Amino acid sequence: MIKQKPKNTILSIIAIAILLVILELIGRSKIDHYYIRILQYWSIYIIYGASFQLLYGYTGLLSLGHAGLIAIGAYAVGIFTISPATKTMSYILQPPAPFISNVQIPFIPALIIGGVFAALFGLVVAAPALRLGGDYLAIVTMGFAEVIRLLIVNMPSIFNGAMGLRAIPQSATLLMTWSVAIVCLFVMKRFENSTYGRALLAINEDEIGAEALGINVFSNKVKAFVLSSFFAGIGGGLMASVLGTIDPNTFKSTLTYTAVTICVLGGIRSATGVIIASGIYSIMSEFLRVFESPIKIGNFNFSGMPGMRVLVFGIMLLFLMLFRREGLLGSKEFSWDWFFSLFKKKPPKEQEKTVHTDKMGGSL
Amino acid sequence: MTFDNFIQFVVMGLSLGAMYSLISIGYTIIYGILKLINLAHGDFFMLAGFLGMWGALYYGVPLWLSLVFGLALTVGVILFVNWFIYRPLRQYKMAAFTSTFAISMIVQASVIMFLSARAQAFPHPDFLNTPIKIGNIIIPMVTPFIIVIALILFGILTLIVNKTKIGRAMRAVSLDMEMVTLMGVNVENVIAFSFALSVVYAGMGAYLWGMRYPAFDPNIGVVTGLKGFIGAVIGGIGSIPGAMLGGFLLGFAEIMLIGFFPQYTNFRDIFSYAIMIIFLLFRPGGIFNVKIREEKV
Repeated sequence: MIKQKPKNTILSIIAIAILLVILELIGRSKIDHYYIRILQYWSIYIIYGASFQLLYGYTGLLSLGHAGLIAIGAYAVGIFTISPATKTMSYILQPPAPFISNVQIPFIPALIIGGVFAALFGLVVAAPALRLGGDYLAIVTMGFAEVIRLLIVNMPSIFNGAMGLRAIPQSATLLMTWSVAIVCLFVMKRFENSTYGRALLAINEDEIGAEALGINVFSNKVKAFVLSSFFAGIGGGLMASVLGTIDPNTFKSTLTYTAVTICVLGGIRSATGVIIASGIYSIMSEFLRVFESPIKIGNFNFSGMPGMRVLVFGIMLLFLMLFRREGLLGSKEFSWDWFFSLFKKKPPKEQEKTVHTDKMGGSL
Repeated sequence: MTFDNFIQFVVMGLSLGAMYSLISIGYTIIYGILKLINLAHGDFFMLAGFLGMWGALYYGVPLWLSLVFGLALTVGVILFVNWFIYRPLRQYKMAAFTSTFAISMIVQASVIMFLSARAQAFPHPDFLNTPIKIGNIIIPMVTPFIIVIALILFGILTLIVNKTKIGRAMRAVSLDMEMVTLMGVNVENVIAFSFALSVVYAGMGAYLWGMRYPAFDPNIGVVTGLKGFIGAVIGGIGSIPGAMLGGFLLGFAEIMLIGFFPQYTNFRDIFSYAIMIIFLLFRPGGIFNVKIREEKV
C-alpha cells in the first residue's frame, strides 16, 4: 500500500471535519427540507456506487442484484425501528408475525443488522453463483433481486406485502448519512488498497494468471461480494430512514440502474469519481423530475414525460460505454499533492506524474 | 383435480411454454454466435408488441398490416443498435454487456415517453375469443392457436438453420468466427441476420402474448425476458432445439404448479427463478448439456 504523507492525512482529517461541521450547520439551519433530502440522497448514492464499484471496477464482476440487497437493508431498518404500536396499526393485510411485533431497537444497531443480513444473503448468493462464468452471475443476481422483491410482496406478515412500511422513524440526519458514507468509502478504500484489493485487481486482469500466482480466486471474489453486499444493505437502511416510507416498488431494477450508472459515470476505480457522480446523479434526477410531472406555463399545458430520467441516464450510460469505458475519472483520485500542484508552478511533466502515481491513500 | 381440468392445464401450460420458447430462441441465437447475453431482449419483445398494436389501435390500420409493420420497425431498431452499439463494443465483453443493460433502459423509457406508460389491451381477431368444448373440457380458442403458430415458427426456424446458406453460415460463425471470416463469409451480415431473427421470434411471441393476456405494459419485458432466459438456460444456452424445449418445459412447469398447488400461485416467479438457479448450479449446460464457457463477461 502506498504510504500517505502524515501531513496529507492530517489535511484529510481536517477537511472531513470541516465538511461534517458544514453539513451539521446546514442540517440545523432553516433551509427547505427538500434540499437537505437531495444532499442526503447524494451520500446514499455514494454508498451504492462505491459498493457496486468494488465488484465492477476491482473484481470485474457484474452483479445486478443491488436492488435486492438494498431492499434487505431497508426492510431490516424499517421492521426493527418502527414502534410495536405503529406496527399493529399499519400491518393491515395480516397481523405482524410474533417475532417482529414487539421488537424495537435504536437506529444504528438496526442499520448494522440490515447490513449483516444483506451480507449473509450476498454470501448465500455468491457462493454458488461465483462458480459460474461472469455472464451467468449477472443473470443469477438479477433473478435473486427479483426473488427478494417477490418474497417481500408475498409475505405480508413480515413485510406488510405490497402496502409497504410506513412511519419509519426518520432518525438519519444529514450529518449521520454523510458520516456513514465517509466511513463506508474509507473502509472500502482500505480494503481495495490492502492485499485483498491487489488480489482482486490481479483477478480482474487475468484470472488464470492470478490463480497461478497462488491467489485463491474464489475466496477473494466471495469476500469482495460479501463486503459489497454489506454496504449495499447499509445504504438501503439509510434510504429507508431518510424516506420514511418504503414499499416493494422502490426496489425494482431501476435502483440497480442507479448504482451501475453512478459507478460507470464516476470512474470504475475512483472513489473521487463516485462522489462526483453521485452528486451529478442526485441533482440531475431531481432536476429531470421537473420534466416528468405536468407543468403549466401560462395557458400552455405541458403534460410531463414520465420515463425521462431513465432515458437520459440510459443514453448517458451508453455513451460512456462507447466513448469512455473507464468513466470520467477512470482510476484517478483526488490527492493533496495534486491539489497543491495546482498552485505551484511546476514543469508539466512532473505534474502529470503526480496525478498518475498518487493512486489514493486515506484522502477522499 | 379432475382429468378434464388436467387436460385444460396441459393445454394452457403448452401455450405459455410456446411463448416462452419464442423468447428463449433469441437469447440462444445471440449467445451462440456472439457469446453475449442480450439483456435488452425482453424489452425488444415489449417494443415489438407495442409497435405492432399501435397502428391498429390508434391509426385504424388493419391488424395484420400493423403487426407486420411493427415487426419491421423493431427489426430496424435492433439492426441500428447492433451496428452502432454492439458492433463497436464487441471486443470489450464487459462494456458490451453493460451496454445491453443501457439499451434495455432506453427502450423501456422511450416506450413510456413516446407511446404510453399505461397497460394496453392488445387488439385481436374475434374468432380467438370463442371457447372450444370437447365433452367437459373447455379451452379458449387462443391457446391451441398459439401452440400451432409456435410450432409452425419452430419448423421454419429449423429449416432456416439447417437447410439454407445463411443458416449454415450462422452455425459456422457460432463455432469459430475468425475462421469463418477467413473462408470469405461476411460475418457482419450473419450477425445482423441473427439479431433480426431473434427479434422477429420475440415479436411473434409478443403478438401471441398480447392475444392471450388482457394487458400489455411497458415493463412486461423485464419479467417475460427473464423467463425466456430461464427457458434458454434449461435447454442449454446456445442450443436452438434446447431453447424450444426449455421454454416449453418452463411454461408447463409453471402452469402445473398453479394447477396442483393453487395456494402457491403468487410464488410462481420465485419457482421459475429457483429452477434456473438449480439448473445453473447442477447442470449449467442445460438438458442438452451444452458446453459453457467459463470466462468473465
